Amino acid sequence: MDALTATRELDLSTVPLRSVNALLHGRPVDGHPPLGPEESVVLTRPRGAHAVAVGLEEPRQVRVEGHVGYYAAGMNQRADVVIEGNAGVGVAENMMSGSVTVRGNASQSAGATAHGGLLVVEGDAAARCGISMKGVDIVVGGSVGHMSAFMAQAGRLVVRGDAGDALGDSIYEARLYVRGSVASLGADCVAKQMGPAHLEELAGLLKAAGFEDDDPATYTRYGSARSLYHFHTDNAY
Amino acid sequence: MTHQTDRADHAVPAHLRPSATFDAATIHEIQRAAATGLYDIRGGGAKRRLPHFDDLLFLGASMSRYPLEGYRESCGTDVVLGARHGAYPLHLDVPVTIAGMSFGALSGRAKEALGRGASEVGTSTTTGDGGMTAEERGQSKHLVYQYLPSRYGMNPDHLRQADAIEVVLGQGAKPGGGGMLLGQKISERVAGMRTLPQGIDQRSACRHPDWTGPDDLTIKIQELREITDGEKPIYVKVGASRTYYDVKLAVHAGADVVVVDGMQGGTAATQEVFIEHVGIPTLAAIPQAVQALQELGVHRHADGVQLVVSGGIRTGADVAKAMALGADAVAIGTAALVALGDNAPRWADDYAALGTAPGYWDDYQDGTDPAGICTQDDTLAARLDPVEGGRRVANYLRVLTMEAQTIARACGKAHVRHLEPEDLVALTVESAAMARVPLAGTSWIPGAGIASGAPGGW
Repeated sequence: MDALTATRELDLSTVPLRSVNALLHGRPVDGHPPLGPEESVVLTRPRGAHAVAVGLEEPRQVRVEGHVGYYAAGMNQRADVVIEGNAGVGVAENMMSGSVTVRGNASQSAGATAHGGLLVVEGDAAARCGISMKGVDIVVGGSVGHMSAFMAQAGRLVVRGDAGDALGDSIYEARLYVRGSVASLGADCVAKQMGPAHLEELAGLLKAAGFEDDDPATYTRYGSARSLYHFHTDNAY
Repeated sequence: MTHQTDRADHAVPAHLRPSATFDAATIHEIQRAAATGLYDIRGGGAKRRLPHFDDLLFLGASMSRYPLEGYRESCGTDVVLGARHGAYPLHLDVPVTIAGMSFGALSGRAKEALGRGASEVGTSTTTGDGGMTAEERGQSKHLVYQYLPSRYGMNPDHLRQADAIEVVLGQGAKPGGGGMLLGQKISERVAGMRTLPQGIDQRSACRHPDWTGPDDLTIKIQELREITDGEKPIYVKVGASRTYYDVKLAVHAGADVVVVDGMQGGTAATQEVFIEHVGIPTLAAIPQAVQALQELGVHRHADGVQLVVSGGIRTGADVAKAMALGADAVAIGTAALVALGDNAPRWADDYAALGTAPGYWDDYQDGTDPAGICTQDDTLAARLDPVEGGRRVANYLRVLTMEAQTIARACGKAHVRHLEPEDLVALTVESAAMARVPLAGTSWIPGAGIASGAPGGW
């Protein structure tokens, strides 16, 4: 531990993942003093490990130096996690609060079902980005793959690049902002007018993600036509 | 489904021959579909006659077997679930658990009553789609938290508050299908818990959003263990269909407990065509699951994988038969709701007003449950006293347990888990083949040669 900067460095190639997550959960771990309340953590050499820094509950700065596998920072609460690399499937899945930043690209289902917090993917995100999102804000620096925001219930998804097929299929009340092209819209997802409130909202999201130079007026808003909210024979296609 | 008539019923002349193919219910359904253009959505499980536990009989002890004295010799009923990977296992006093049913499908008072009843006899209850309510957690000594494709209300705090986690891949009433909750039940509270607009017809996803196969499930279970610091047993629940393979894959993925739900298992709302035509009977699923567990060397071992079976459990005889076939415990859903008061004659007038009758009502989905159990209508929900409901559930669970003990003792078993297939015979060729026990009075198990090894043709 660096006493001056109050940063703990843990090498995932030598410290077992179980021990790392236990420390981050405030659990006692042999050979490792408990983390201080203000102590930040740097995880080195993750080597694509799954479930890195999952289930965090307390405010804490965590930086992961390298690529991670599935579910990195899953179910995050209050912590701020930065991944200095690419992330596998389901990064920040079911996040409740806090923030997760991926400096590289993210695989599919980034931010899946997340209820809150901010997920920033500075590169591209693959298929199903924001699937079933329930309140999270997601900002993707590049493009997103097909079926992104599928059944998205609440929250905001910002895509600075393009979106793949079936964007927002069966969407509920989430709001989607895409700057580039959309390959196709999913069932019940439609383009909507950008009002002043939306421009302001988008500007805030871009600023929070570090893209404040973008002009919000260059984006298109998408959301639910609300035609699938009640079962009807015409929906049975 | 309610049956409405727009004219008085007439006596049917005795010489008229009804069609077995186009029976009265079928004709009514065609007429209803033609009139509305809507498929029928209802609750409950399969209503058709299926090979079931009724088709099995126990061979009570006589000369060649030694029975236990019914009222004096002990017969254990406890079961430990989920110890395989070092989690804190569930120690249940009785092997009958309460299956997953959502707050939303059920009222908060009904969920509380189930928790009270289960806790009184020392068994577990289970959340459902939509998350965990405070009253359910508060009244449940052992609470299993379902982790479903929709992730409605999914909260890591609740994961940590649970006693076990059940990853739900499907349910017996609709393997391969997602859930639904119609707008009548999407109250302000339900909508808030699920992050949905109030009053909409809610659809649940049929697949998990962040994993797509058994290899991914392995990693998902790893994540759940990491988040809960390995303290919570992980169940995997499947709807009975390709049970042999599903159970093997669940175990390989790291399940501590496998839950198999047969097609008689109920639902709060699903298409009738789904309920009656997708999945396999509970009786056919159990031997497949047991075979899979045995081949993996984890069936009924101290550090093995426990099998929980649900779908049409009604009596202690059903409990005993499921356990004799290899289940470690069973789960009840529909029967628990009946114990609480659903389909009770006291509400006959209300059922009549809905176009149905006690014993026939299956419109769990529409929020008008006269018994106040499957509803979000405050006035109806107030009809159920959770304390009295809990007492009824506890009584029923005790009866199931005592009945199972009675049978186990008659078979010479000092624990209900000692019951075995050798204690059973079948009444029909079909049930003999499915349950893999001999036809009564014979040593013939139809298809016995086929059933060894991988179940070809299934």
